Amino acid sequence: MAEVAYVSASRVFAGNPPVRAVDQLELDVADGEFLVLVGPSGSGKSTALRMLAGLEDVDEGAIKIGGKDVTNVPPKGRDIAMVFQSYALYPHMTVAENMGFALKLRGTSKQEIKDKVAEAAKMLDLTKYLDRKPKALSGGQRQRVAMGRAIVREPSVFLMDEPLSNLDAKLRVETRANIAALQQRLGTTTIYVTHDQVEAMTMGDRVAVLKDGLLQQCASPRELYDRPANAFVAGFIGSPAMNLKTVPLTAEGALLDGLTVPLTRSALDKASTEGLKEVTFGVRPETLRLAGADEEGMELTVELVEELGADAYVYGSVRIGGVPERFIVRVDGRTPPAFGQNVKVAVRDTSEVHLFHPESGARLEV
Amino acid sequence: MTIESLPIQVQAARVSLRGKRSMGRSVALHATLTVASLIAVFPVFWVLVTSFKPDARAVAPTIRLFDESSLANYRDVLSGQQGDFLAWVLNSVEIALLTTLIAVFLSATTGYAVSRFRFPGSRKLLLSFLIAQMFPFAVLIVPLFNVLLSLGLQGTGIGLVLVYCTTSVPFCTYMLKGYFDTIPTDIDESGRVDGLSPFGVFWRLVLPLARPGLAVTAFYAFLTAWGEVAFASAFLSASDESKTLAVGLQVFVQQNRVEWGHLAAASILVSIPAVAVFYLVQRFLVTGLAAGAVKG
Repeated sequence: MAEVAYVSASRVFAGNPPVRAVDQLELDVADGEFLVLVGPSGSGKSTALRMLAGLEDVDEGAIKIGGKDVTNVPPKGRDIAMVFQSYALYPHMTVAENMGFALKLRGTSKQEIKDKVAEAAKMLDLTKYLDRKPKALSGGQRQRVAMGRAIVREPSVFLMDEPLSNLDAKLRVETRANIAALQQRLGTTTIYVTHDQVEAMTMGDRVAVLKDGLLQQCASPRELYDRPANAFVAGFIGSPAMNLKTVPLTAEGALLDGLTVPLTRSALDKASTEGLKEVTFGVRPETLRLAGADEEGMELTVELVEELGADAYVYGSVRIGGVPERFIVRVDGRTPPAFGQNVKVAVRDTSEVHLFHPESGARLEV
Repeated sequence: MTIESLPIQVQAARVSLRGKRSMGRSVALHATLTVASLIAVFPVFWVLVTSFKPDARAVAPTIRLFDESSLANYRDVLSGQQGDFLAWVLNSVEIALLTTLIAVFLSATTGYAVSRFRFPGSRKLLLSFLIAQMFPFAVLIVPLFNVLLSLGLQGTGIGLVLVYCTTSVPFCTYMLKGYFDTIPTDIDESGRVDGLSPFGVFWRLVLPLARPGLAVTAFYAFLTAWGEVAFASAFLSASDESKTLAVGLQVFVQQNRVEWGHLAAASILVSIPAVAVFYLVQRFLVTGLAAGAVKG
């Protein structure tokens, strides 16, 4: 077990211009922590993981595992185990051989390998498949073998590169919970890469959001959700996504169509010291509600209703400055408005409104 | 996974096709295939039949399956009446095996390097391998002769092995590169994380997985060396005991007459090792050739 640190670590791919796949990444992962790297494709999250594994060069900065600089140490000297998206099981070996391979290379005695493999297999419910080859296993079983191969080694760090993305939806949710529980039980530092923000939110002790190789924010799931550091994080975390619109400011607050959302004094002060006439206004679907006919509210034309049972999401357009803008509103699942209907929408709680700089996207603290 | 379920679907499609084929079409199809098989098998069969006949009866005007047939031809050939047949066998085995060994080793390591590592000129390297293949053998004989002469290897078996390697290594490299490309690089990386050195990855993971490809490569290299005549007659010394089988067979073809019976018996003996090698690798042939061909 060990802590992990990225010290201004960069990976630059040659080209014209060169691509900074991971740019000055500064990240400390505590011993035993479950850290999720999340971001859209091309954000550098996989590259960052591979740098830690030693499968990708570190062009600038350093990487430390357990306080030791491993920047130039080959993968086999890093005491890490990795679960690949494709699982990368060795097709010519049985499940038991796959799981025991790393131990065999280390020169562990046959009996000890057998015991450890048996123990891990029991943990993962693989005991009756130990003599099979990978091709005779289902997708979920292969995934568990890949996990088992990592566990058997008792490494100081687990690295997981989208390990669930080849599973079907139901199995994914199930395995997600199993991995999180397993990690808690073993207490091994884990770095987990995913593009799925639901996985990130449900599994991680902390979540690091990346975009274009740059770390946007690293915080607990709650913090990310409640206080996103910038407009990108705000839009990326949460499903359906936060409504983010650039709207004009007035003396009282943010002006949406037919609705002035009152903002705190400090927020307005901050905007005026920065000389802003507009802000990027962010509000999550659940912070909006349908308003009564006599209340103040935005006019929204319903374009789509997604009914999920308990809740329903209403997609509709609101004219802001004459331009139709799409908004998503969460409403009660039993009484959703109909397609084409015009409804009024108001903000449920103005303290849950997020404001961002219209150009830089940085959060305006309120 | 979907890819693995594919062949089953294809099989299913075939089965249903067979079920639907009409009687007439079925007869026509089988007749055509039978004729084609007969055309392919007959020459070999006739050589076998001829090998038991005395030279005079082999080309007799009345064609019979058995005509004073005996094992005499085989006895003559093996006893070295016409030339040192057993020495030729040894030479051929030695040269073909050595060629196979060197060609497989060189093309496996080269193919792996070209498939996995990015280095300046890797594409050009691969193209340059084809250059030697672009010339007809006849054109290559003189330059290769000069090279062997300056290396002091003219007339030696090792020289001939090198010559065979110039033709088989490039081709085998291409084939194996294509095969290695089908092995996901995740496996390599997984092996490195598990504690293998780069050579360990090649030796313990990639080579075992590439066994079908290696078998095909070995088969190809063996056959190139085993049955080759032009290079062997040009580069080996003329003395009888240094000939390979393919060259040695020519003793049965004399200026005024051909000893058909003896030639046929010797040919059958020559083909036995080739058939044996084929038998060893045949279960890999289809997958190996297909993989190499599709992603070459």
